[in-house]
Amino acid sequence: MESIVVNGISKWYGKEKLVALKNVSFTVNHGEIFGIIGPDGAGKTSLFRILTTLLLADEGSATVEGKDVVKQYKQIRNEIGYMPGRFSLYQDLTVKENLTFFATIFNTTIKENYHLIKDIYVQLEPFNDRRAGKLSGGMKQKLALCCALIHKPTVLFLDEPTTGVDPVSRKEFWEMLGKLKEQGITILVSTPYMDEASKCDRIALIQNGSILATDTPNAIRQSFDLMLYKAKSHNTALLLKDIRHYSKNLYAYAFGEHVHITFKAGEIDIEELKMNLIERKHHDIILEPDDATIEDCFIQMLRA
Amino acid sequence: MTIWMRCFTGLQEVQKEQSDKLQDMKQFLAFIKKEFVHVIRDRRTLLILFGMPIMQILIFGFALSNEIKNSKIIIVDKADDVASRELISKIDASKYFEVSNERISESEIEPAFQKGKLKIVMVIPAQFNLDLHHSGVSQIQLIADASDPNTANLLVNYVSAIVKDYQSEISVPGIIPYRILPETRMLYNPQLKSAHNFVPGVMALVLMLVCVMMTAITIVREKETGTMEVLLVSPLRPWLVMVAKAVPYLVLSWVNVTTILILSVTVLNLPFNGSLLLLFAESTLFIITCLTLGIFISIMTNSQQVAMLISLMGMLLPTLLFSGFMFPLENMPEVLQWISNIIPARWYYVIVKDIMIKGLGFASLYKETLALVVITLFFFIISIKTFKQRLA
Amino acid sequence: MGDKVITTEGLTKKFGDFTAVDNITFDVEKGEIFGFLGANGAGKTTAMRMLCGLSIPSGGKATVAGYDVYRQTEKIKENIGYMSQKFSLYEDLTVIENINFFGGIYKIPSNLIKKKSDEVIEKLGLQPHAKKLVGSIPLGWKQKLAFSVAILHEPGLVFLDEPTGGVDPVARRQFWDLIYEAAERGITVFITTHYMDEAEYCDRISIMVDGRIDALGSPTALKKQFSSDNMDEVFYRLARGAKRTE
Repeated sequence: MESIVVNGISKWYGKEKLVALKNVSFTVNHGEIFGIIGPDGAGKTSLFRILTTLLLADEGSATVEGKDVVKQYKQIRNEIGYMPGRFSLYQDLTVKENLTFFATIFNTTIKENYHLIKDIYVQLEPFNDRRAGKLSGGMKQKLALCCALIHKPTVLFLDEPTTGVDPVSRKEFWEMLGKLKEQGITILVSTPYMDEASKCDRIALIQNGSILATDTPNAIRQSFDLMLYKAKSHNTALLLKDIRHYSKNLYAYAFGEHVHITFKAGEIDIEELKMNLIERKHHDIILEPDDATIEDCFIQMLRA
Repeated sequence: MTIWMRCFTGLQEVQKEQSDKLQDMKQFLAFIKKEFVHVIRDRRTLLILFGMPIMQILIFGFALSNEIKNSKIIIVDKADDVASRELISKIDASKYFEVSNERISESEIEPAFQKGKLKIVMVIPAQFNLDLHHSGVSQIQLIADASDPNTANLLVNYVSAIVKDYQSEISVPGIIPYRILPETRMLYNPQLKSAHNFVPGVMALVLMLVCVMMTAITIVREKETGTMEVLLVSPLRPWLVMVAKAVPYLVLSWVNVTTILILSVTVLNLPFNGSLLLLFAESTLFIITCLTLGIFISIMTNSQQVAMLISLMGMLLPTLLFSGFMFPLENMPEVLQWISNIIPARWYYVIVKDIMIKGLGFASLYKETLALVVITLFFFIISIKTFKQRLA
Repeated sequence: MGDKVITTEGLTKKFGDFTAVDNITFDVEKGEIFGFLGANGAGKTTAMRMLCGLSIPSGGKATVAGYDVYRQTEKIKENIGYMSQKFSLYEDLTVIENINFFGGIYKIPSNLIKKKSDEVIEKLGLQPHAKKLVGSIPLGWKQKLAFSVAILHEPGLVFLDEPTGGVDPVARRQFWDLIYEAAERGITVFITTHYMDEAEYCDRISIMVDGRIDALGSPTALKKQFSSDNMDEVFYRLARGAKRTE
């Protein structure tokens, strides 16, 4: 059963017809966490605004919970929770005041849906009387999530909830999303962080307004059809330079503590490369095959 | 059975409708409460909003009372007789004046004013005493620098009072009283605009500032912080957002009107001749006009800076120029006079002046009131037409 | 090892009774890429401000590029480059105008600015965009341009405050190629980031928790010290214990 169906959506802005979205289609099933993954300017926010009925697409159609985003926008607005990207709550209102306000405008009370937000809210309750502007980034984000959840939405739209937030808060945030999923809420979430892809049930990779791939993170990783090696030596910067110098048929880039090397099977002789590096006075060399991550896949798709 | 059912469902529907309305009301009240919290927590803006009218009225009041002590007066005494000397010494004795020793002729009066310092000149005609005792009537001439109209007005009034005093002193009871007729000439500003004009002007200005600029800024701020997106996605009716945002500024404006009125009556000794209720009713109308303008600006703009600029340049400046309290409208070219008709403050200014000073009732103000209503409706309709249920 | 570009000893900054930076001591060597990590509100920004000469410390000692952070802040500013995610270039000026403007601020002679601006534009492949407004070019290019502008005057040290936020993985790596190149030329790089894989690209990193530096060393050494597989885990172990928020 589908919760969100997007069918050939295109959107452009202004007189120059700057393209924000190009023929975007995907479906999100009930109760899954669906990630829209791509850098700034890829079209994530435009897509979210179209699905939350705030923006009209120039082409294509979309439904949320079976309702059309253009014709039945009022019903959709009653059913969804939305956390916009730069959403910053009311800085001069306290935690409690913010939450009470959003509960009231959604015709509910904190008490009524307390069970939904309980896990998150317990961390905020000690700061009930603190102004939202005085909270840390992670705390603000939790409060914003509570505000988006307070009316028990069936679908939750989170536009870049973890941008600019430190890794600890990000990790906690994804744990919270996991718990919400257990309650049967469908979650559409966007992020520029590739490493967050694995936390989603399914993902769509997006760049320049086009979807590059839609699938489970695992399936996307397995579709990687190049050879991938990870390399390491005493000096990463030099290693990168020397590997690139070795052949034009490979593509090398820094990846965490390693350098990733990708190439078409048969075009590079790894043993020869290793000898070459030794000649160039590298020591402590590691050079072994590795599994592709979502980030490797994304890089590969951007180059294609 | 079926009839019962129908009745029952009908009843349910009525109940549902009622509870919907109740919910709307609850949302609306929650929203207004939030807006008040915003206003109250922003201490600095609050201080400016309340402090500004008080400061303006007080500065004006004190500027007045300071200048009228020991003002320099030159007397052109063509008579130089008993009566003229008595009158001069009486003026000199007053705390308001210091009679200058300068001896000048009538033709030197204007140059003397241009040197500054000099506020007023009194010309006593030759044969002052003679006229007074023979025909019982004599004339003196008062020439004042009306570039500062309020001071000029006060000084003339003071001199006149002293002359009147002198007149009754020399009159013998039972006989036809002597009469000295002061003839007044105001230099530089013959219309003599004064506090009577200033207070209605300040009122229009303050209300403009509070209602137009603050309303526009506060709505646009929600667009900037992204909260507007969430509000739009909520079941809240979008126009409720606008109205709720305007309510605190309506209240704030009432407070400001009251403050200005109290200060102008107590500190500036302004008369209040008309109906207080009518003034508040008309002020409320003008406030609503301004709020509508503020909402209109907020719909058209997306950043607080732009909203502020438009409010200042598009609203406050025309208010200063065209409302008539700084520059007399009747002296303007016809085109500008015509433009002034679309400035709400121009109408409100007349209304306040007529109610406060002239004590006129609604019957003589319907034209101005109608103008405000038309302007309000115009912007209200445009706002509703342009307001979108979506972004962009 | 070589000269020290940054030295601090017991550097402290207090705001009232709140200690934002609590007695930190570390050195940065010349030509090193030094990652400065910490959760939001751990005190990174405050510490960085002191090192840039924008804020006077409450206690402790520190020198940057050989100059004292108390008395020689003007000298420090002349000898460092600075780039932050929030502000780096004027969006309403063209690429060339931006380069000229910042070149002028750092007192580069105008004939040299011309030469350098040609170099930068060529190196980044910006020729078709040279006369375009910065606001209209893609973020990835903007960031690379901002970095090039920050080191236009060949400072000994450059501070980068979350320079790669929001760009795609390829653009991010192109940015790091520029960093490596600068480091090779002897420019010391002091960088903050929220991407833990970028922490791995640094020669050494420090992790701040509640105003203190709780870990300092090469990525490999830190992973060994906290017996973790990756920097993510190291960071998580340290920062989880943080008491304070922003």
